[in-house]
This record gives sequence, C-alpha cells and structure tokens, in this order.
Amino acid sequence: MADQVLDAKGLNCPLPILKAKKALKSLEGGNTLEILSTDPGSVADFAAFCRTTGNELVEQNEEGGIYTYLIRKAG
Amino acid sequence: MSNIAEMSSPKVKPGIDPNTMSIIVTKGSLDWAYPPFILASTAAAMGLEVTMFFTFYGLNLLMKDLDLQVSTLGNPAMKMPMMGMHMGMPNIVSAIPGIDAATSKMMKNLMKKKGVAPIQELRELTVEAGARLIACQMTLDMFEYGMDDMIGGLEIGGAATYIEVATQSHINLFI
Repeated sequence: MADQVLDAKGLNCPLPILKAKKALKSLEGGNTLEILSTDPGSVADFAAFCRTTGNELVEQNEEGGIYTYLIRKAG
Repeated sequence: MSNIAEMSSPKVKPGIDPNTMSIIVTKGSLDWAYPPFILASTAAAMGLEVTMFFTFYGLNLLMKDLDLQVSTLGNPAMKMPMMGMHMGMPNIVSAIPGIDAATSKMMKNLMKKKGVAPIQELRELTVEAGARLIACQMTLDMFEYGMDDMIGGLEIGGAATYIEVATQSHINLFI
C-alpha cells in the first residue's frame, strides 16, 4: 500500500507530473506515492521525471487505459 | 594541434549547473502561451532553476486578467477537430470580426475537455515553484504597460539582465 494516492485521471501533460511533484513534497523521504493517470504520455514522462529527480520508480502498470505508478521519494 | 583538440572537444559548459534553464518568451497568444509555461513549470517540478524573460507580446502572459486569444489568420497549420474531421479556415473567413473570439472559445473548450491545464494554473505553479519572472523594461515602456496590470513578484530587467542569466544557464530557449 502506498503512503499516498494521487488520482490524476483525465489530466493531460504536464499536469500529472506537476501534481505528483506537489504530492511528493508533502511526503517524507522513503515514503511512497501511487499515481493513477489516463495520459499515455505519462509513461515516458514519469520515467524521465524519476531519472532526473532521483525519486525511485518502484513499479508501473497499465490496465484498461489506466496507468499506475508507484514512486518512492528520495532521501 | 592542441588548439584544434580543444576546439572540437565536446565540453559541457564548465562550472554551470546542468539543472538551470532560461526561456525568452516573445509570444502572447493562447496557443503560444503553452510551450513556455509547460516547460517552465515542468522544469521547476524536476528541480531546475528556471528564469523566464518576457518581452514584446510575451508580456501579455503576465497580465493579472488573462484573456488569451488565438487567430486562424495566416495560420494554415491550425486545423481543429470538428465533426470527425479536421477543419482549417480560409484567411478571408478568419478576417471576419468575431471569428478569432469564436475560435479561441472553441480551443479553450477543447482544452478543458482534454484535461489541459488553463494557462493561469500553469503560471501559478511556475511562480509557486520559485521560477524567476523578468519583464522587459523596454517593451513595458513601449506598450505603455504598468506594473499594476501585471501579476506580483515580477522583476524588471533588460537585455543585459537576460544575458547574465543565459551565461549561467545550461539550457537557454527562445519561444
């Protein structure tokens, strides 16, 4: 279970990333955030976001057009 | 020999933080408002230090009350999805009063439907993330814009101010 869940379904680029960043800000280092998105572009974007920011993309799934990401906050 | 080697070596700007970006914002229509604010807000969210320099029509994006418009006039690539196809607009129709307003409203509706953020929201997120926003003194003066019409937290500067920022930024864009 993630420490926090962000529903970004229906939002388009770059909102899922911006909302995820905001949500991560309120988390302690080592805690996890689950993000739900319907934006197919978010697959490449969350990977790039995590590579650049040092947060860990623990897992990602797609089911019925809904993309799920689990990110562990760095530090 | 050593000179040639030095010249051709792919040096990354030494001493410059790779996580720095500047954008010169020169356009103020609804469509062109997106690239600078999408990139600035995302870069800031990814931990980059961002500076935006607003000049000429870019200043329009700093107004407290944003009423951004798009024009189909002289814009042959602009084809809106309509009734299952894509519709362009002949210039002679674009020139009719009210067409720009109608097209702008249509584009805003489309953005809302597709979950695209309003410019106000992207601008707020950019400012909130700590980006520096610089308004060009010369164009403010030329267009007779007052700071009262603009959002708070702006800096004022000129070409030298921007160039100094650019020498300290790894990524410099002109939009």
